Amino acid sequence: MTTKIEVGFAIPERVVLIDRQMLKAYADASGDQNPIHQSEEVAVSVGLPNVIAHGMLTMALVGKYVTDWSGGTASVKEFGARFIKPVIVPAGEKVDLTINGTVTEVSGDQIKVDLVATSAGVKVLGMAKAVVIKK
Amino acid sequence: MLAPDSVGRTFAGANSISISQSEIDAFAAVIGETDTSSAPPTFTIRISLDQFQNILTQPEIGLDWSRLVHGDQKFEIFAQVKAGDSLSCSATIESYRVAAGNEIVSVRSDLHRGAELVVSSWSTLVVRA
Repeated sequence: MTTKIEVGFAIPERVVLIDRQMLKAYADASGDQNPIHQSEEVAVSVGLPNVIAHGMLTMALVGKYVTDWSGGTASVKEFGARFIKPVIVPAGEKVDLTINGTVTEVSGDQIKVDLVATSAGVKVLGMAKAVVIKK
Repeated sequence: MLAPDSVGRTFAGANSISISQSEIDAFAAVIGETDTSSAPPTFTIRISLDQFQNILTQPEIGLDWSRLVHGDQKFEIFAQVKAGDSLSCSATIESYRVAAGNEIVSVRSDLHRGAELVVSSWSTLVVRA
């Protein structure tokens, strides 16, 4: 059964939990070992409230939300976002990344999606958009 | 400060970056992706940021990587990156400005597999005052 995707279609919300262990795993997998994503001492010394998640980890998790809906890693043609606020990850805690998406344009087989990502109620990505070819 | 004459220039990066299944698997595992037949959409940031750092911190370009934050990011994906690929990378400094003491650099990364353009990505990097 296929459902016709129309402008305004809302992709079901997803909540992903982020903890320090995930930041370490992302640092190793991405090669981004900036200590502000692992050391509270360093993060505070540069004026941050605590350790923050890599913006690119946030974006990767939003990417996974999109590809789960659109039909796998090969379905994304364009993907962009602005990092407007950090995801703050205190030691021993799991913080939320809450993701929503809405279809804004359907043209041929290409679907444009606007994405919203918040953590602790604060919007962390701005202008987050993807263009996918849905399988 | 960034050398003014570097704006608009394209720099050749590494020309044979080998993509292994294990690095795709490791990246995918962090985000819970189980289909690793091609790389997740943001995987190539792993290559691009590293290349930007190598290029932009050369003494004649002069960017201070230690005070850097990532402002925004965009990918255009023309073909899938897969294990076994050998990619070449170039980086172009598209724009540069200083606002309230922060340096704001926009750089584009182009990844090629042979003659084929696979992924272009744009990063805005901010060196905080």
